[in-house]
Amino acid sequence: MLKDITIGQFFPGNSLLHKLDPRFKIIITGIFIAMLFAAQTFTALIPGVVFMIIGYAASKIPFSLMIKSLKPIIPIIIFTSILNLFFLDGIVIFKLWIIKITYDGVTYTGMMIIRIIALIAGSSLLTYTTSPIALTDAIESLLSPLKKIKFPVHELAMMMSIALRFIPTLIEETDKIMSAQKARGADMESGGLIHRAKALTPILVPLFVSAFSRAMELATAMECRCYRGGEGRTRLKQLSSSARDYLTTSFSLIFLNMVFLLNVYMAG
Amino acid sequence: MSANKEIKENINIKNVSFSYNSDEEKGTPLILNHCNLEIKKGEFIAVLGHNGSGKSTLAKLMNSILIPTDGIVLVDGFDTSDEENLFDIRRRVGMVFQNPDNQIVATIVEEDVAFGLENLGTEPAEMRQRVDEALKAVGMYDYRNHAPHKLSGGQKQRVAIAGIIAMKPECIVLDEPTAMLDPKGREEVMRTIKMLNRDYGITVILITHYMEEAAQCERIVVIDGGKVLMDGTPENVFSEVELLKSIGLDVPQVTELMYLLGKHGYTCDTHIITENDCTDFLAKFLSEKK
Repeated sequence: MLKDITIGQFFPGNSLLHKLDPRFKIIITGIFIAMLFAAQTFTALIPGVVFMIIGYAASKIPFSLMIKSLKPIIPIIIFTSILNLFFLDGIVIFKLWIIKITYDGVTYTGMMIIRIIALIAGSSLLTYTTSPIALTDAIESLLSPLKKIKFPVHELAMMMSIALRFIPTLIEETDKIMSAQKARGADMESGGLIHRAKALTPILVPLFVSAFSRAMELATAMECRCYRGGEGRTRLKQLSSSARDYLTTSFSLIFLNMVFLLNVYMAG
Repeated sequence: MSANKEIKENINIKNVSFSYNSDEEKGTPLILNHCNLEIKKGEFIAVLGHNGSGKSTLAKLMNSILIPTDGIVLVDGFDTSDEENLFDIRRRVGMVFQNPDNQIVATIVEEDVAFGLENLGTEPAEMRQRVDEALKAVGMYDYRNHAPHKLSGGQKQRVAIAGIIAMKPECIVLDEPTAMLDPKGREEVMRTIKMLNRDYGITVILITHYMEEAAQCERIVVIDGGKVLMDGTPENVFSEVELLKSIGLDVPQVTELMYLLGKHGYTCDTHIITENDCTDFLAKFLSEKK
């Protein structure tokens, strides 16, 4: 069950998206998010969605994987749609007792759903096609100006990459602990919310204990391999930008401009 | 390498005592108690001892993860208690731990192998070459772009070993590297370790619970109560079956067989530690009986 979680997972490959400089990928993801949120009408959302689909095509990541990554956010989508659908004022198209649905509510909800889906699916592409190490390298590089004000950029990047490295390990461990507790008669699937939350204690406690002991061992192993912080460190993979990166970024900027144009055009 | 193999000492442990609760408290047990050990370059040593005998502590003293409470540890002449020598020592003595999951830092095999070199500030071009060499040496080159958590235990442990040998150490300390592996993984790791010692001349210190693994080494050191109890060739150490049993250790199965046959009045040689020697002996013994 827990193994289905794919957010933050990297799928090695050799596509155009895999080869892009991770720094540019982060910037492009930012531009993509801007596309989605700048759009004020359905038509203005089209460039963002098309951009995402082109991204998936260029990454050779199976579409089924995208569907899978969307599963955990279904409750959020339902919740926000209900809020938007029933509580927005405007031209009433359906009314029953105190419940009323407005035209504005419907369009706004529709846009919201598309926006959330595109946002999750599109930004997942960043982590699907970028190894966590490359990602943290990129963040470190993008944040490096902050070093001047003594912000611990390297330490932050290291912490992130280790956290990402241990996600699958700890998920596996959680599965094991759950099986072990179930074998001893723990009941985690029935009862109310509070009962279920309480049932999590015998899973979380051993998980934390083992995470701490793992951390201790990892720290020793890192010290054994001469780790001493960011100073004087070199990298196996040097970040280097090429024409490809600038081209892709310009491409995404064109899409963003299309969103602005459509906004103005559709409004006028 | 082989020319100075006999001359130079790699690690010298002189009269070392160690206790986790340092000095103040009285009566805290000494994990190591005036322990002496000399390890020469290119040796292949197994360290045996039951749980709590101090063998893991001994390993951690060798690359200044721990500092002796008393006495001195020298690695290539560098004193491990001097903070300034830290990196000179750690790049000479690499360490591989029991749980492969807890020593892999990166999410891609080759990036993990590069981790130590990155810390040392190696030039990227040279790093690339040394990472590839190390991965080829342990037979994991084809997996260089894989995610470590998808590998088997034996493969993960070989990646961890590659991460150490990329740093070109003179010595590798392995703290029960096969304890969490299945028989196949255990064999993979043992083959890799033996190859490193034979082909690269790297000193290997193997801490283990498996007597069959220890029997493959050149020299065995038995630790008990924080002291070196026995030190010699596998044949000589394992022939002391009763002494080993008295401190809670086993001997290889074939040696056990020889020992039991001897007890029943047959003339047997407890210096036999390999299956081949044992079958030869038994075949000879049976043919004589006819």
